[in-house]
Amino acid sequence: MRVLDFDYMLGLVPILLRYLPLTLQMAAMGMALALVLACGLAVIRVLRIPGLNAATLLFISFFRGTPLLVQLFLFYYGLPQLLAFLTQINGITATIMGLTLHFSAYMAESIRAAIVGVDRSQTEAALSIGMTNGQLMRRVVLPQATRVAVPTLMNYFIDMIKATSLAFTLGVTELMGATQKEAAGSFLYFEAFITVAIFYWVIVELLAWFQRRLETRLNEAYRR
Amino acid sequence: MIKVQGLVKRFGGVAVLDGIDLAIEQGEIIVVIGPSGTGKSTLLRCLNFLERPDAGYLTIGDLAVDVTKASRADILEARRRTAFVFQNYALFANKTALENIAEGLIVVNRWPKEKAHARAREILERIGLTDKADAYPASLSGGQQQRVGIGRAMAAQAEVILFDEPTSSLDPEWVEEVLALMKQLAQERQTMLVVTHEMGFARDVADRVIFMEGGRIVEQGPPSRLFGDPQDPRTRDFLRKVLANQVSLDAT
Repeated sequence: MRVLDFDYMLGLVPILLRYLPLTLQMAAMGMALALVLACGLAVIRVLRIPGLNAATLLFISFFRGTPLLVQLFLFYYGLPQLLAFLTQINGITATIMGLTLHFSAYMAESIRAAIVGVDRSQTEAALSIGMTNGQLMRRVVLPQATRVAVPTLMNYFIDMIKATSLAFTLGVTELMGATQKEAAGSFLYFEAFITVAIFYWVIVELLAWFQRRLETRLNEAYRR
Repeated sequence: MIKVQGLVKRFGGVAVLDGIDLAIEQGEIIVVIGPSGTGKSTLLRCLNFLERPDAGYLTIGDLAVDVTKASRADILEARRRTAFVFQNYALFANKTALENIAEGLIVVNRWPKEKAHARAREILERIGLTDKADAYPASLSGGQQQRVGIGRAMAAQAEVILFDEPTSSLDPEWVEEVLALMKQLAQERQTMLVVTHEMGFARDVADRVIFMEGGRIVEQGPPSRLFGDPQDPRTRDFLRKVLANQVSLDAT
């Protein structure tokens, strides 16, 4: 039993801070792209667009049914062997790609459920005053679905931030990769990994705080 | 002026509307009565294509369509020329009372927001809910919600307002204020087609009462005649049941 080396941990903070932007960038990019893709997939599922619906089901089934780590290895190490133009793919791009596809599969289902969950009478009321399908989606259905979907989508975002640490396995030096290198140099594994754990924890708590504020605002219309 | 000719609607082979002919003059107040499941609501919902009719012709002002050939543009136009008041109010849950009334003006009629909100405030005054402008539906009573529902229909300045059992979901204590607002509209000669079980309202306010059964119009006429001297045995039978029911309610 030894005492924790707090000075080492404090010294690690500015080093890790330099890699924080990359972690956040990958998560933000992944989340933005996954949201767009998930909305598209959800609309296909809601409208049951022939052909595309079946393809979407297969997509969702595969990306929910296999581990993210397997998917990342598949994109980074596997695909370039099949598709020559992908040999240039770097670890960051492969990570963003993997996070996007993986999480969009989950998010599509929660967005679809939220849209379907909006009461039919809301659609009828919008139609009755002469709105087009696009207008009623934009003005009535999606705003109400958003309120339902936000808590789950935020949970996926939190999950995604933590999942960026897998980029380290593709040779990307982000928060986790940097910690690993530092730990390997100092042999202070506990100090290094507890520090990076706290990093993730703080980020997630900040997000959770933001989520609570957002939900309060979205629920404003529903307080009795 | 609204004209319906030979309107047919089937659900799974059953004709819920079996050839409806109906003409509504501007400023006329028509009340439709009849047993449950006889197609009263379906008639209203076919007039604005919430249900797609299977046959018939529909004329609303200068819009005349064969319902089987109605294009998307025709359907939108028919909806813009009719306004609908729902049994369950169906207010936009994510919008305030003011926004509910202004929404159609902004999105459908493309009015600037300020102008639409000014009009919505006028309407809120007419429905007696000026102080609830910024309240969301969830915080309003059933009666208040339905008055906003009627306000939303008023804003559309439609040729006719279709009322689909507007008081049926209300607790008894809220029925009166909604009926009072409808009477007020009737006095202003707003064209109205009302499906209701409120026989008192039909008797006092309607220019014409229509009795429907089995997807057809069985009998129609001014309320004094239809209630006082019904010709068809089915009408007599129905009226005896509902009026006896109301008397027994009054007695308790």
